[in-house]
Amino acid sequence: MFRYIVKRLLMMIPVVLGISFIIFTIISVTPGDPVQLIMGADTAPEVLEAKREELGLNDHFIVRYVKYIGGVVRGDFGKSYRTGLKVIDEIKARLPSTMKIALGGIGLSVLIGVPLGMISAVKQYSFVDYFARVLAMLLTAIPVFWLGLMMLLYFCLKLRWFPPTGGENWKGFVLPIIALAASATATQTRTTRSSMLEAIRQDYVRTARAKGVPEGKIIFKHVLRNSILPVITIAGMNIGVQMGGTVVIESVFAIPGMGSMLINAVRVKDAPIIVSSVIVVAVFIGLMNLLVDLIYTVVDPRLKSQYFTVKKQIKRHNRGEVSAAH
Amino acid sequence: MGVDMNQNAEKLLDIKDLSITYITDDATIYAVNGLNMELYRGETLGLVGETGAGKTTTALAIMRLLPDRIGKITSGSIRFDDVDVTAASEAEMRTLRGERISMIFQDPMTCLNPVLTIGDQIAEVLESHGITSKEELSKRVDNILTLVGLPPERKNEYPHQFSGGMKQRVDIAIALACEPQLLLADEPTTALDVTIQAQVLALMKELRQKFNTSMLLITHDLGVVAEVCDRVAIMYAGEIIEYGTVWEIFSGTEHHPYTKGLFGSIPSMSEGQRRLRPIDGLMPDPAVQLQGCPFASRCPQCSDRCTAEKPASHRAAGGNIIKCHLFEGEDAGGGNDAGTAG
Repeated sequence: MFRYIVKRLLMMIPVVLGISFIIFTIISVTPGDPVQLIMGADTAPEVLEAKREELGLNDHFIVRYVKYIGGVVRGDFGKSYRTGLKVIDEIKARLPSTMKIALGGIGLSVLIGVPLGMISAVKQYSFVDYFARVLAMLLTAIPVFWLGLMMLLYFCLKLRWFPPTGGENWKGFVLPIIALAASATATQTRTTRSSMLEAIRQDYVRTARAKGVPEGKIIFKHVLRNSILPVITIAGMNIGVQMGGTVVIESVFAIPGMGSMLINAVRVKDAPIIVSSVIVVAVFIGLMNLLVDLIYTVVDPRLKSQYFTVKKQIKRHNRGEVSAAH
Repeated sequence: MGVDMNQNAEKLLDIKDLSITYITDDATIYAVNGLNMELYRGETLGLVGETGAGKTTTALAIMRLLPDRIGKITSGSIRFDDVDVTAASEAEMRTLRGERISMIFQDPMTCLNPVLTIGDQIAEVLESHGITSKEELSKRVDNILTLVGLPPERKNEYPHQFSGGMKQRVDIAIALACEPQLLLADEPTTALDVTIQAQVLALMKELRQKFNTSMLLITHDLGVVAEVCDRVAIMYAGEIIEYGTVWEIFSGTEHHPYTKGLFGSIPSMSEGQRRLRPIDGLMPDPAVQLQGCPFASRCPQCSDRCTAEKPASHRAAGGNIIKCHLFEGEDAGGGNDAGTAG
């Protein structure tokens, strides 16, 4: 188990290198000069040139990338072109807000989507089922930014229940989380419903009924446990989607998070900020995927034996052979 | 043999005029059509027939586990001991299932829950029927595992760690955990290889004697029937077309044409035949309700009457009951008697 986790963590290194290189390349080869964008087009050319030299932008982009990554390895994510502040400090200040929204969105979508999908499957073709399916369809169709704007208009400006700009206290996070959770809730509901329906028709559920097990216990102990894998998978995949969603939602609600920082950085091609943010997000998603895979093995014993005990089994087998030979 | 022994015994299961349909979007399937069946305490009845004859459907109906919304009992009654299965409440059925009636399912590979240990799955039956103390449960699970020939130490393992034959034993353990009065065994040996088959059959026989359980053995293996059963019912297209003791069916001379075909299709070691002799044709489309005898289209002795009129049950000279016009004149035991049994 420990070996497996270490292996997975090591596998993240090439992923991070690849992602950062691609992003760095895209920023560097696309037209637009960061110095000019930051200082304005009417600045004197000598000043611009001096700034360029100072930031090291006159080097070839490969050289700059190697320098940058060398810094990252030592824990130095560089300085922002625009503000001159350390990137790591900016990220530290902004990451918590983004995490709150993203994890809140995932949490909410699971809390609503899974039970709704379960009821929908157990009471297939009932009113609740139709309601859940229509709701899921609506939530997928509504774009995040539109939902955010509408909620902003109604709950913040008209009813004044929540502050229109977030980030200060918990109230500011309510609407962003709801807006972000909407489409994830839809996928969660639908996945739960379909995988529950599949599990309900399995022979072992009939066996459980034939044993005289009460219906509620059949649903939770037999059906849910067997249909939870796709549900976890979707939740894990939603994390990536949510991180992307925060970019939009932070702009709508003016929350000083990673997303809004990233957008501002992209506008002026502030490479250290962009690449560092992407690395942080990539590592976060990677860790979440690892967590999902570990949860799999808890839920389904068949996977556990696939991941972890193979070596042990081989060892045991070899030992058996040795003792048989003696 | 079996019949004489059980003549005065108590009726445990009494099915009268049972009809079951499956209603799907495409068609209505008439799976069981006017089936009559009785089972006495301690007796084993073999239900034989080809795939799609309605054997499993009948067993599921006894447990009232027909698929929701699709399977429906359209007429007839099923009486188990003192319970009217067709009218009982769901809660009542739950107390029956697993405790008084239990079922061994056809495919041991899929009928165990892959994410629960086999010990858990056996304990669950006992738990559902009132045993709650942890030590008691664990002791009972150990006992039943030993009984079916599995080491109790393996109760914390998952189904995928067992072979097919072992899974079937777990299945049997689940079915027998509460020492049921009626065991419905749906092709319990079909998925197993021959050596394991023999072991499982011997095991079931032994357990039946131990608990005096009645058994409905569903199979299309006539060899298994001869070995285990007291009486045999031959099922065709949702009806029982011949019914009698093992002796009557296997040694009697008068049989339903279908039964003759069934026995004829068993390869013989003594005659030097080269090819198998199958029954020509296919079973009638179950989506069509037939006017006459369901076997008419494949019957070598079919007459005009067969396609127009459903045959009644007649008692043949050997004592077995046959649902065929050919035996009309020969009622040896009286039509009424034959009617209820056949």
